[in-house]
Amino acid sequence: MLRALLEPLAVPHRRLFNTWSRNLPDNLIELRDVDFSRGNRTIFRNLSLTIERGDVTAIMGPSGTGKTTLLQLITRQLTPDRGQVLVDGVDVATLSQAELYRLRQRFGVLFQNGALLTDMSVFENVAFPIREHTRLPDSLIRHVVLTKLHAVGLRGAAELMPAQLSGGMARRVALARAIAMDPDILLYDEPFVGLDPISMGVIVKLVGQISDALDITSVVVSHDVHDVSAVADYCYVIADGGVAAAGTPAELKAESTELVNQFMHGLPDGPVAFHYDAPDYREQLLGAEKD
Amino acid sequence: MAVLRDVWTTFLGFLQVLGAMCMFFGRLVRYTPQVVFKRFSLVVYQVYNAGALSLVVIMISGLFVGGVLGLLAYSSLERFNAEDTTGIFAGLGLVKGIGPVFTALLFAGRAGTALTSEIGLMKATDQLSAMEMMAVDPMRYVAVPRFLGGVVAMPLLTAIFTSIGLLGSHLVAVEQFGVDVGSYWQQMQNIMDMDDVYEGITKSVVFGVVASLVAVWEGYNSAPTAAGVGRATTRTVVVTSIAVLFFNYMITAIYI
Repeated sequence: MLRALLEPLAVPHRRLFNTWSRNLPDNLIELRDVDFSRGNRTIFRNLSLTIERGDVTAIMGPSGTGKTTLLQLITRQLTPDRGQVLVDGVDVATLSQAELYRLRQRFGVLFQNGALLTDMSVFENVAFPIREHTRLPDSLIRHVVLTKLHAVGLRGAAELMPAQLSGGMARRVALARAIAMDPDILLYDEPFVGLDPISMGVIVKLVGQISDALDITSVVVSHDVHDVSAVADYCYVIADGGVAAAGTPAELKAESTELVNQFMHGLPDGPVAFHYDAPDYREQLLGAEKD
Repeated sequence: MAVLRDVWTTFLGFLQVLGAMCMFFGRLVRYTPQVVFKRFSLVVYQVYNAGALSLVVIMISGLFVGGVLGLLAYSSLERFNAEDTTGIFAGLGLVKGIGPVFTALLFAGRAGTALTSEIGLMKATDQLSAMEMMAVDPMRYVAVPRFLGGVVAMPLLTAIFTSIGLLGSHLVAVEQFGVDVGSYWQQMQNIMDMDDVYEGITKSVVFGVVASLVAVWEGYNSAPTAAGVGRATTRTVVVTSIAVLFFNYMITAIYI
């Protein structure tokens, strides 16, 4: 009833519903003053951002700015050099392995390449987390798995092996596996990369539908501005080790900052250089001739 | 001076890897009881994978190695009119040394490389990361069952290799050169005692641990690229071979 009343409101209703009904803080994930480096290369410097409960939050930015690294920090595949990564108010760096694995049961992660277990069928891939973490009878597992596969349109492919799937199908199976345990948080790592327009459209639709239907907090890492904007409630643009801009997709499109404008509109010229740092072109070519 | 520095750096690197490998081995051992009780079917499958699927190469090799041993022993002993003792040399050689060593080397080439490349590819395609994100520890699900599979399979394969080797030696000495069948087997039984068998068993167990540890370690720590997996697979064969020959010498020295 409350959901129905909130539906017409501009604010995402899930956030209000959750906050009012369960008295939980709005911020499900929070990064506070995070520094992270790989060798001599600084990826993040003083990065702070929050991801609100129930939202679809997009993390965007040019290639190589650390979007996937950000997901790895949230799931503690990596630990920051400085600062805190809080999930539901808990600093993930302080968790023991058992606590971390309990937390990870609340996550669903869609990897860039699907990361399906190649020696298992589609059915067994989706059943894998359920078998590992529950003692449900096989008949019930079968129902759950077929339901999840039906949700991504691949119930008919249950007996296929991962090698028999196209890229888009593999991504959808991975999505079914990611939601198999009904997670609180879904992390998508470049879900639209390398897909044909039809598969991409299906995945975009699924991201929105799953988020709404299962009341999941979603974090979508992508540089596909157009498609992410269609599903995101809130966006962050990451560049130069920090947050370059944040806001709703509409706000970001209207953003006048040179970097954000270049990124959001895909302009070839701007502060983000197309060429990787290199010595002067003419000097390098002529120098080689002289040698 | 620069050479000395390089040698020292290489030595320190070797110690680092050895230390990390020992810690990895410690984790494998620590998780073993849990895996045996909770994931017994995975262990059984890996025994089949490492053991049963290596049977053909082990049996064919055992037959030829035994045959060559019979040939060499007969041709040498014949000079002293002692060809009746061919069985002793074939038996002692196969049970105490050649059986376990050859089995371990063949295991490294067939099952060890398969384990390394399988785990390496799982790593390169994010399957291990996916397991971690599903709160399933890949050490318990992937590494320990494969390690135990190798440890269990090696003594069984060694026993089969040795038995087939003795048969090969018998075929050459008895069927081809006409050594008396009674003498062949009786001399072997008279000279060999249980210590010889224990030595063979000890070696096969130690080699099983070493070969499986190296294979799983290399796969688990391979660079997540095609070349990285290839290099790890090669290292598995090289490191296992050297380690097996080293431990073979050490165990032989202990038993003498």
